[in-house]
Formats: sequence, C-alpha cells, structure tokens
Amino acid sequence: MSRIHDMGGRFGDGVVIPDFGKEAVFEKDWHARALAVTVASGFLGQWNLDESRHSREKLSPTDYSKFSYYEKWISALSDILVAKGLISVEELQSLHGARALDSLSDRVFTAEKVADGLSKGGPTLRDSAVVQLFRIGDSVKSKLAENRFLSGGHTRLPKYAAQKAGKIVGFHGSHIFPDAHAHGGGEAPEPLYTVAFEASTLWEHAENPSDLVMLDLWQSYLEPL
Amino acid sequence: MPHDSDDHTHAHSVLPSDATLRVKAIETLLISKGLIDPAALDAIVDTYQNKIGPKNGAMVVARAWSDSAFYDTLFYDTTETVADMGFYGRQGEHIMALQNTDEIHNIVVCTLCSCYPWPLLGIPPSWYKSDAYRARAVREPRKVLAEFGVTLPSETSVRVWDSTAELRYFVIPQRPKGTEGWSEKRLAALVTRDSMIGTGFPKDAQ
Repeated sequence: MSRIHDMGGRFGDGVVIPDFGKEAVFEKDWHARALAVTVASGFLGQWNLDESRHSREKLSPTDYSKFSYYEKWISALSDILVAKGLISVEELQSLHGARALDSLSDRVFTAEKVADGLSKGGPTLRDSAVVQLFRIGDSVKSKLAENRFLSGGHTRLPKYAAQKAGKIVGFHGSHIFPDAHAHGGGEAPEPLYTVAFEASTLWEHAENPSDLVMLDLWQSYLEPL
Repeated sequence: MPHDSDDHTHAHSVLPSDATLRVKAIETLLISKGLIDPAALDAIVDTYQNKIGPKNGAMVVARAWSDSAFYDTLFYDTTETVADMGFYGRQGEHIMALQNTDEIHNIVVCTLCSCYPWPLLGIPPSWYKSDAYRARAVREPRKVLAEFGVTLPSETSVRVWDSTAELRYFVIPQRPKGTEGWSEKRLAALVTRDSMIGTGFPKDAQ
C-alpha cells in the first residue's frame, strides 16, 4: 500500500499551469519564512533528510491534499520537532517554551554559519561492502513499493514503477539507503542504479511506445529478470 | 512487522490553521527556545531569493555550448565540473547533466516530492511542485509539454527522469540556430529555466 505523496501516474489532477519564469522565488513572505525555519531547524542535526521527508509523507491524506506546499513543510516540521523531543505539544499550543538544552546551543544555525552550511550540502555517496549485483544492460524487475523493515515506512520506489521490468542504464556507486535511514536503521549504503522503463511497460495507454521513464533505484528494490 | 506508530500523533493540528500564523507560531517558539537564530533566517531567504537561481545553470549551458572540452568534462563528471564553477551545495550534492538532441528530449520531475538541482536552478517553481506535474509528467509527458507550448515530433524519444534518489538532473538544451560566434554571456541570456528542466526551449536568437 502507498502513501498520498506517491502520486506518479495518478489521474484527475488537471492541467499544469506554467509560469514561464515569471513567478517570484517566494510568492508570499511566509513561504520564505517556512523554508528558512525548516532549513535552520534541520541544521540542529536532530534528524536526517530521509526522516524529514517521511515526516511530510505521513501527513494524513486529507492534510496532504489540503495543504499548500509550504504548509506541508511547516506542519511536518512541527511534527518532527515534537517526535524528536525538541518541543512539546503543550509548547506548540501555548507558543511559550523554556530555553532548549545547552547541548544544542552549539548546533544552532547562526547567521555566520549560513553561507558555509548551505554551500556544503550533504552528499549521500558512501563506501559499502554490499556487492554490486547488476551491470549496465542487465534486465531487472522492481519489487513492491513498500518499506521492507516497517509497515508504512519510507521508500523511494514509486508504486507506478513497482513490479515492472526495466533495464539498468547507470550505476552510481553506493548511496545511503533511505528505507533504513528514515527509521533509525543507520545509513546502510547500497548500490544505486538508474533503471529505464519503457512507457508501454508502465502504462496501458502509453503516449508513445519509444518513450522511457528513468528512475534511480537502490539494489534492494530490484531483482534479476 | 512493526507499524509506523507516529501515524496517529499529528502535533501540527494544535497550531493555528491559517498558514501565515502557523509559520509565525513555530518561528516564534523556536526563537524563544534558542533553537533558531532570526538573523540566520534572513540570510537563508536572501541566499535563495537573490544569490542562487537559474542564472547559474544558464552559465553552465552557455559554456557547454561554447567550449567542447568543457562539454566533454561536463558529461563525464557533472558534479565536479559545475562545482569548479562555484555551483555546489544543498540539493545539488550529486548532479547529472542530460543532453537534448533531435533524437532524445529529456524532462525532469520528482513524483514523490520536489527534488530539484538548487545550486543550478534555485528553488523550484510552483508548477514543478504541483500535483498535476508530479502525477502526469511520467504518464503523459507529451501532453504536459504541450501545456508549455512544446511539441515534439513522434520520432523524438522522450525520456522522463523521476528524481527518486539524491541525484539531481538538469538538461543541456540544443543550441539555438544563428548563434555562431556568440559570447557565453550572450548565449546565457537565451537559456530559460524551463529549457533546463526540459519543459521549454531556449529563446531564439534575435
């Protein structure tokens, strides 16, 4: 079973409305604040990228559909701050809170740290002892789009590309495995591949059979075909 | 198998329902707890509002059009090559350039969230983050492209790149005709943001 964010291929969403480069970077001031508060909180180092993604993905389907983009960010941020014990629900309710633990004060993302912090990023390429099973040109089949450690857990295999035949067209070394990393399972790096799926394999009514959809998939998502 | 037990504790529901107030509330609380620095928030906004944006990507494309040695290096190791130009960082730790030709037209999407090469293109536009684009770009890319005014011959193969891992993709569009001998600066002015996502073409040479 999937979660609401996994919408690739879904019907009924209407047309895309381009802006042709005219839209402001932040349409409203609060969009900018929501992004900045989320980024700054992330630098406290109390959760990783995959936990943060999962926090957004597990918003209820009603909230996820109703919330605008940055409402999802800010709501998921509140949830993860509470889940990680940085704030309490009572504090969220009253909007008053005691000073946080001194142990966190060194981690606070101060203005002086911004330029360096944003320009460094967080690469996910790692050394790994996991043996590379597939080579470029190999035929593979994707597994179910579900986290195999935890029911309802985070995964980066979309359901539209689950249990489908594809071909390995790229290999990227080993990367942190989100399915483990989002749930306290450590980085568990493993080989990451680009897999090409023919449109006609994914869709009953493909627009053009020679079109391809390319996904970056971890080795655990794949089996030989 | 353990269940994801946090499903039923949605702490955000105690916050004000108005989005502006909701952001203000969490910002105020985090500042009062000493967990975020208001000056850092201003610096983050300034970075993405004024310093990082599609002009960065346009410089890469213009150089790729002008310098064949750079072009080869770019496709050999995109991350390293664009980092040498100063474009590296958050949401751009692993970057791959995609080459559009008469035979192949690449377009980029993130169906699961909104992955996008921030150091090269900045913050993604609303349509890139919209349900309609995320849902449809993989299933009917040609109809989506038509909504951007892009029509491709049926002989051209469309490749849709769904950014499911930490690789970030950007497109090197075809160089417009009639631009022989142009400087990189003049070429860069033709490169649109959408042409680097694959939902547009560069501007015509005037």
